[in-house]
Amino acid sequence: MEEYRIELTVNDEKIIGAVKAEESLLKFLRRNGFTEVKCGCEKGECGTCTVILNEKAVKSCIVLTLQANHKEVWTVKGMEKLELGRKLQESFVNHGAIQCGFCTPGMILTAKDYMDKNPLPDRKEIKKAISGNLCRCTGYKKIVDAIYDVAVENHKLEGEIYV
Amino acid sequence: MSEFKIVGKPIPRHDAWSKVTGDLKYADDFSLPGMLFAKVLRSKYPAAKIISINTSKAEQLDGVRAVLTAKDVPYNETVTKFGQSTEVGKGFEGLYRVLAEKKVRFMGEAVALVAAKTEEIAEKALDLIEVKYEPLPGVFDPLEAIKPGAYLVGENNTNIIGEFGCHQGDIKKGFAQADIIIEDTYKVPFVDHVYLEPEAGISWIDDYGILNIRVSTQVIEHFRDVADVLGLPHNKVRYIGTIMGGGFGGKEDITVETYLALLTWKTKKPVRLVYTREESILCHSKRHPFVMKYRVGAKKDGKLVALDAELISDAGAYPYLSPWVTLYATVNAAGPYCIPNVKVRAHCVLTNNTFTSANRGFGAPQPNFAYESIMDELSHKLNIDPLEIRRRNCLTTGKALATTGQVLKTYVALPEVAEKAWKALGESTECKDENRKIGQGLAIGLMSYGRMTFLHDSSRCYVRLESDGSVLIRSGIPDLGGGQISLLCQIVAEELGVPMSQVKIYHSDTALTPLAGTTTATRQTYMSGNATLKAAREIKNRILKKAAEILNVNQDKLDIINEKVLVNYDPSQYVPLVEVIKACNADGIELFCEAQFNAPSTIVPNLSNIRGMTFPDFTFGAQAVEVAVDTETGQVEILKLTTCYDVGKAINPLSVEGQMEGGSIYGMGYALTEEVIMEKGITMTPSFAEYIIPTAVDVPDVKAILVESGGGLGPYGAKGIGEPACSIIAPAILNAIYDAVGVRIKSLPATPEKIIRALKKDYFKK
Repeated sequence: MEEYRIELTVNDEKIIGAVKAEESLLKFLRRNGFTEVKCGCEKGECGTCTVILNEKAVKSCIVLTLQANHKEVWTVKGMEKLELGRKLQESFVNHGAIQCGFCTPGMILTAKDYMDKNPLPDRKEIKKAISGNLCRCTGYKKIVDAIYDVAVENHKLEGEIYV
Repeated sequence: MSEFKIVGKPIPRHDAWSKVTGDLKYADDFSLPGMLFAKVLRSKYPAAKIISINTSKAEQLDGVRAVLTAKDVPYNETVTKFGQSTEVGKGFEGLYRVLAEKKVRFMGEAVALVAAKTEEIAEKALDLIEVKYEPLPGVFDPLEAIKPGAYLVGENNTNIIGEFGCHQGDIKKGFAQADIIIEDTYKVPFVDHVYLEPEAGISWIDDYGILNIRVSTQVIEHFRDVADVLGLPHNKVRYIGTIMGGGFGGKEDITVETYLALLTWKTKKPVRLVYTREESILCHSKRHPFVMKYRVGAKKDGKLVALDAELISDAGAYPYLSPWVTLYATVNAAGPYCIPNVKVRAHCVLTNNTFTSANRGFGAPQPNFAYESIMDELSHKLNIDPLEIRRRNCLTTGKALATTGQVLKTYVALPEVAEKAWKALGESTECKDENRKIGQGLAIGLMSYGRMTFLHDSSRCYVRLESDGSVLIRSGIPDLGGGQISLLCQIVAEELGVPMSQVKIYHSDTALTPLAGTTTATRQTYMSGNATLKAAREIKNRILKKAAEILNVNQDKLDIINEKVLVNYDPSQYVPLVEVIKACNADGIELFCEAQFNAPSTIVPNLSNIRGMTFPDFTFGAQAVEVAVDTETGQVEILKLTTCYDVGKAINPLSVEGQMEGGSIYGMGYALTEEVIMEKGITMTPSFAEYIIPTAVDVPDVKAILVESGGGLGPYGAKGIGEPACSIIAPAILNAIYDAVGVRIKSLPATPEKIIRALKKDYFKK
């Protein structure tokens, strides 16, 4: 079957490869060693494979690799390079927002993408934002706590009172 | 002991960072050079005769390295075990069949295995395997399957694979004394664990001819079972357990491992096998559906006088852990109540449904739903407050379980936990919308932690103090996400007075770590916690003894804090830990220890009337819920949820809260949305689109209240919490629904359809 040349950046590093037309971005990333992108259902239902593609959180199992050609992909591994990403990672750790950890990469990326656009969400908005990412262990409370705390912290930095 | 430094503190787990950076390698993240990809051919029918299997076309496909059927399996039929080293007998160890032969018993049963160069080729090969089936009628309802003359699922002359009973007092007399009798049948469905990480593993043969399997499992002791299937000595199979992406009991039975082992043994190549989500829902164990006929009698003042329960559990197509689960349900059938006259019978029946086995709660959530619904019914009929009626009947310290008569020797935090959970719920939320009714509900319960005592459970742990003051632990403990491993690090850090960063643990490896037993039965805090504490204290003792010589003070005046051995009444007198280690090493004093902790043990009980101790101890808890029910749509929204458990001692409060919050939501799914729908053995809900678990927008912010009585049998008085945390939330929610709209739903889940049908009975009759 015909293969296509593809060029994209993952976590700010250039990747050049050859893909079949039908290969999902999830499979491509995992095949290239980005195993931090998890596979929970391959149907776009669980959110474990979430990545940020050109400043939009997407479920990489239902994105074709070719759709990412010449685009910018961020996985959770790249988050330490970004201020908000690092803050979210730290907050997840400190709040005990992680149990088995399988949903964690997707959760952090969804939260990062959402907060890039809405830096001051309330708890309800956070819940809505992460509702496409399933978690079976935590009951979501500590995940929402972790994200909310970053929002509050952000706001304190801006010197406003947040209620 | 002086104040805790690390135990009891809400500290991040030692593995948390590797999870937020994505560095942690789960079972599916591991590759080896030359690795083959495996796929499993699964039965298309729930009940059928296999007339023939032709694999020749599949074998000829380019890139296929092996195609295996039952005839290729050295020992295709063994028994189901889950890590126990004692022979229990009495039907507990049921048939484990690797690949279907002659007959298939459930849709999705494994029929053939393929290993190929790529996943795509393996999938293509599956299509080329020709299996001729002759469909059989099958039986799908346990109430039908239990009847004489029913279709026989297996090879025996009955579908019944386990019967259990408990009798106490005289129920006839008991019911004669009753002022009120509630009689009802409650039903619960199949549910799935849906851990987000599907079953996965990789296998290879190492330099010494040992078969290695790196797999996501709660039970690394299955290395013995895999060896038995291949006919190998047990020491020729090694399991390496990965950190799991959730387990909840679904990774307690063998999943991918025997298939991997057979394919690697045949091809001599590394093989990887990962289930798809659909395959996972179709083929791994489910929680048991139960039909529960209850009859409960009480006096006018609410005092319970008699309970008669008959429980029927659907084991599905193979026994797996069904007899054990049904026994748990039998013991739990009367809940945390004093009832003088009790009769419980439980039957466990094979059907052609997907097999059932362990699922968080292991036979407790089912009867808990029934008896707590009845308690609520009594409370309403007798006009006694839900908390008060429980106060009047609940077990307290020193009392005995109404089913088995096991005396509760440790602290029983009832009715304390019930009072706290109910009070924390607060006043009922006001609501002006006339189509939205508010209701509150309560449920209390007990659940064991630790395995049944007739399994003679034990756990081992090795601890070593290095010359630089760092510490190494080796424990066979699997971690399914509950923080099991981090807990052991915390105990050792506390005892040896070092920071968490100085402790390194090697875990879940049958070749290199002492076997710690399974991460099931809410047993690891209790069992491996105690084994680890024992090993750490032994080393601590040796350090203190040497330090006492150096400091010339009595050993009992010394403590290890912040890597210093110091005099507790004068901390300025100290010697650095590394100096003491040096002195010990110079004297040849061993600074390592492998310790074993044994749970209390009993003989296998008389199963028709189980008496006395069957579990080491129990965890007691209460959950309270406020719901809003939409009377036009039947939709239920949970507004408040409080959960209060006596956890004995919270070694890591973050982890304990995590279990209580997560357990509540796990149980919320059971109450409201989750059901694996099987129509004549065919799974109709094979994805997250049909099998609905709670999402972030569905859940309330769970309020977890920890009671720390110190009364548990675990380290520092801890009790287990993992499974108890999810076992009573369903009745609390359904009781709240009743409070809101006066409708008692007697079968889970309480879907909007069921609620609206019950609310608008007259409309639907038309």
